[in-house]
Amino acid sequence: MSVAHTGGACAVCYRAVARDRIPSMNVVVCVKQIPDPADPGSLDPQTKTLKRDGKLILDESDSYGVEMALQLVDTAGGGEVTLVSMAPNNEVSGLRTALAMGAAKAVLVSDDALAGTDALGTAKVLAKAIERAGDADLILAATESSDGYTGTVPEQIAELLNLPSVTFAKEIAIDGSTAKIQRQTEAGYDDVESPLPALVSVTAGVVEPRYPSFKGIMAAKSKPVDEVTLGDLGIDAGSVGWAGGGQEIVEVTAAEEREAGTIVEDDGEGFNKIVDYLAELKVI
Amino acid sequence: MTGHAPLGQHVDPRDVLATDSLLSDEERLLRDTVRQFVGDRILPEVGEWFDAGTFPAEMAKEFGSLGLLGMHLEGYGCAGTSATAYGLACLELEAGDSGARSFVSVQGSLAMFPIWAFGSEEQKQRWLPGMAAGELIGCFGLTESDSGSDPSSMRTTARRDGDDWVLNGSKMWITNGSIADVAVVWARTDPEGPDGGAVRGFVVPTDTAGFAAPEIHRKVSLRASVTSELVLDDVRLPADAVLPGVSGMRGPLSCLNEARFGISFGAVGAARACYEAALEYSLDRHQFDQPIAGFQLTQRKLVEMMVSVQRGTLVALHLGRMKDAGTLATQQVSFGKMDNVRMALEVAREARSVLGANGITTEYPVIRHMNNLESVYTYEGTNEIHTLILGHAITGIPAFQ
Ligand SMILES: Cc1cc2nc3c(=O)[nH]c(=O)nc-3n(C[C@H](O)[C@H](O)[C@H](O)COP(=O)(O)OP(=O)(O)OC[C@H]3O[C@@H](n4cnc5c(N)ncnc54)[C@H](O)[C@@H]3O)c2cc1C
Ligand SMILES: Cc1cc2nc3c(=O)[nH]c(=O)nc-3n(C[C@H](O)[C@H](O)[C@H](O)COP(=O)(O)OP(=O)(O)OC[C@H]3O[C@@H](n4cnc5c(N)ncnc54)[C@H](O)[C@@H]3O)c2cc1C
Repeated sequence: MSVAHTGGACAVCYRAVARDRIPSMNVVVCVKQIPDPADPGSLDPQTKTLKRDGKLILDESDSYGVEMALQLVDTAGGGEVTLVSMAPNNEVSGLRTALAMGAAKAVLVSDDALAGTDALGTAKVLAKAIERAGDADLILAATESSDGYTGTVPEQIAELLNLPSVTFAKEIAIDGSTAKIQRQTEAGYDDVESPLPALVSVTAGVVEPRYPSFKGIMAAKSKPVDEVTLGDLGIDAGSVGWAGGGQEIVEVTAAEEREAGTIVEDDGEGFNKIVDYLAELKVI
Repeated sequence: MTGHAPLGQHVDPRDVLATDSLLSDEERLLRDTVRQFVGDRILPEVGEWFDAGTFPAEMAKEFGSLGLLGMHLEGYGCAGTSATAYGLACLELEAGDSGARSFVSVQGSLAMFPIWAFGSEEQKQRWLPGMAAGELIGCFGLTESDSGSDPSSMRTTARRDGDDWVLNGSKMWITNGSIADVAVVWARTDPEGPDGGAVRGFVVPTDTAGFAAPEIHRKVSLRASVTSELVLDDVRLPADAVLPGVSGMRGPLSCLNEARFGISFGAVGAARACYEAALEYSLDRHQFDQPIAGFQLTQRKLVEMMVSVQRGTLVALHLGRMKDAGTLATQQVSFGKMDNVRMALEVAREARSVLGANGITTEYPVIRHMNNLESVYTYEGTNEIHTLILGHAITGIPAFQ
């Protein structure tokens, strides 16, 4: 699945022409900062959205993209990893984690007018932030976030930036100005190629994210985080937030309680009951 | 308006006093990193290490790549964190096992620290980067079989022979001895010689002829840690093996002071692990048709444990802040070592009782911590010796002899 790159005048694509000569690789990673899943938050009954006023952390889903980006830059022998994130209250905790892992810098978009932004609005903002980060050979995101998990933001960014988009990557190798990607499928994986720059979403769990080293942790506080508002990105506040939302959350209902499973007492014949059960489900 | 939070506000059962709020973001990230590492790499296996009586030397490189080894020292490949950060790392490691924390204490505070503080530039360059990376393992030889709480009574000697030094004697209870690449050995010089009988420190490559380090077996405490004897039989060292920067008992004692500081935090980690295990168990375990956590007697135990752990945390953090400010006195370190280890041992025993029969197996962490803490109670200055140091501090009367 190689999507043709239709070009266009975006800053991201521009550099691709020259990149062959430079033995380096600049990767931008979209990282979402989310409420700590270990300390589950609550929904705001008024807006029906997740409350995000507490401390936010790096979404684990994005730690795989960060790791992959760091490995690609290492392999290339030069270049750097830049993070982009959109989060309320100038939250940087999650970014610091990724900077401590080894990313070089970050662009953080935070603006009160972003409250209520839906997935497309998020993509508009991130697309501009990626342009601001500049010079990207490759843009990574997770397949889906752990809290919102619409799984739509990366492809929307690609569309807005006019970039080829590949989803469900489990392995990425760079060969000149081409990315060779193993794209996970239900049966296994497909080998696909895409011209660079491209936007690739990474499946969770495909690499082992490194621990931030202590030197990394201490260096992280002095790495640049470019904190910007909608105005800085030239985005009209009316096109995002509650005002610009193309979606509306109509109703929120509690998920059905899971029913208790069936307990099979093993009287020596337990395996037969399991086999029967699986046959009933038509899985064997 | 009073400054109180609304009544009925939720508190974290694991941190009722919200001591977490005393940490900076950077300290929290570092602490969380070590906690995650312990959860991933130590907890799943430490029960087996303990049962088998081993500590895998390969862990050294993992500690090194995280930056744990000599972490609060500057330069030579060390991470250069604050002392408080070092303490927090010890706390998290010991919440895994005292053996893992002992490894890091010995490497950083007892083996690297003397080289860093008292070594020549050549000694630092030669040893510290490899030790920080975990490629070289160090140990610290002070105690002897007849010389424990009173280390100045040591019998190991260092004799000058031309330019060389010749070491003879033996050291006992030496953590990491059998897996060490380098031993920092303290020995008494010739009373008639130029050093006037002062104790000096020597950097001894463990492949030097005459050096042996048989392992001590049959331990029931700190089993996930290597403990050894060091035998020094005419160990001949070049002139530059001596640590030039220190002479006398100040050398070893200043190393111990560094390690004891870390233990003040570490013990809190072991206690916290026991408290959390007891809390979780008591909520799950039902007797008389209700969780045992519902009995008043059990709640009393849980609350006492929780209060002890929280208090110990505050003491440790306070010591950390003072050390970073450069105002920490050795007597204050004694306070932390004495009180927090004693506290941890009491918490471990109480937690053990909450787990009933399950509490006596290594399926659960509690008795492992409880047994480990018996070593921690004794090494790095026994509870009694720290009591005497504090007794001296408040009365002005030394009662050591
Ligand atoms: C009407 C409406 C109002 C909403 N209001 C709010 C609100 O007020 N506050 C709020 O927080 N959410 C709000 N949401 C939820 C919000 O739309 C999504 O959470 C958000 O847009 C991202 O979608 P997702 O998490 O499903 O992304 P996915 O498509 O699942 O994310 C895939 C990947 O894209 C990247 N990515 C996604 N979001 C970000 C980000 N913010 N920064 C960096 N990378 C990112 C990450 O790599 C992520 O793993 C609202 C949704 C709707 C429909
Ligand atoms: C697992 C383990 C690892 C160790 N690792 C190392 C290491 O790496 N390097 C190293 O050099 N040493 C190490 N040690 C040794 C440790 O530091 C000593 O065990 C400790 O200093 C106590 O010495 P001792 O065992 O000889 O006890 P003793 O000094 O014989 O003490 C026995 C008892 O007498 C009490 N006592 C002694 N003197 C007095 C007094 N004046 N007043 C009141 N009571 C007193 C003590 O408090 C104790 O209760 C380790 C020990 C253990 C158990």
